Amino acid sequence: MAEDKKRAAYRALEDRILNGEGKASPAQRDRAFNNVGLSPPLDGLLDKVATRPTQVTNADFAAARAAGFSEDELFELVVCAAVGQSARLYDAGLAALAGAVGDEGDGHAP
Amino acid sequence: MRLDVLNHGYSRGYKLLFAVIQMVSRQPLPDAAKLVFYRPGFYGTRAKKFTHEAMRGPSAWSVADRELMAAYVSQVNGSAFCIAAHSATARQAYQDGPKVAAVLADLESAPVEEGLRATLRMLGQLTREGKVGAEDMRRVLSAGVSREQVEDALAVCAAFNTTGRLGDAFAFELLSPEAFEAGAKYLLKRGYR
Repeated sequence: MAEDKKRAAYRALEDRILNGEGKASPAQRDRAFNNVGLSPPLDGLLDKVATRPTQVTNADFAAARAAGFSEDELFELVVCAAVGQSARLYDAGLAALAGAVGDEGDGHAP
Repeated sequence: MRLDVLNHGYSRGYKLLFAVIQMVSRQPLPDAAKLVFYRPGFYGTRAKKFTHEAMRGPSAWSVADRELMAAYVSQVNGSAFCIAAHSATARQAYQDGPKVAAVLADLESAPVEEGLRATLRMLGQLTREGKVGAEDMRRVLSAGVSREQVEDALAVCAAFNTTGRLGDAFAFELLSPEAFEAGAKYLLKRGYR
């Protein structure tokens, strides 16, 4: 089955924030998106965004700023962390659905 | 919001637009709306397109059902702004406040169709645990939900796992009940574009 419009719109968002122009490097955005390979203090902030966002504090942002990250870089990296976690949920749901209907080849990440 | 650029980093054109919206609606512009105007080429433009497609695009789910899913996913995440915004929108869309309150209080005893209940249960598990299995999906399908409806519900789930995270990370300011009602009316009239 062809990818539906909703999924296509989501993939366009993912592609833009990961591969388009930005203040943070594509490698840094990729790490934020996947929540892997991040160094302190960014790892603390972005892991919270991905896994327990209600626990993010002003101090998490202050620590990241003090480490030299600009507001625009932090904007981008927080967006990447949020979209990344949502993408994992979306993909996990679609994969389970594909498994349920016996169509293992559909629904996974491209 | 926690980043100064999200409070003040807008062009004169956008600032003027915000002032006009505020004047016409007589309510402050919600932070969720401001966020998508900040460097829209990076996030906002595509996020709005996806969210609109998920929430207002073609689907066998009603707009009210999808707003309820948004509120439910937000509740699982504890995203205060999105719970308030989308429970208000679901209440207006269903024209049934008690139904929305019942789902958010106790899904299992709430007066909703079994297909919707099974779908909300699955979205809750996925959001809470980060995973669901084929067996979980079979239970949703056996409750009478089509494959396309599951896909559509997963899109709503993705949209509000994103927006809720951003709301909590950037600390969206909570609005008055009147302002949330006004926002809900706008979302039902205009959608997310």
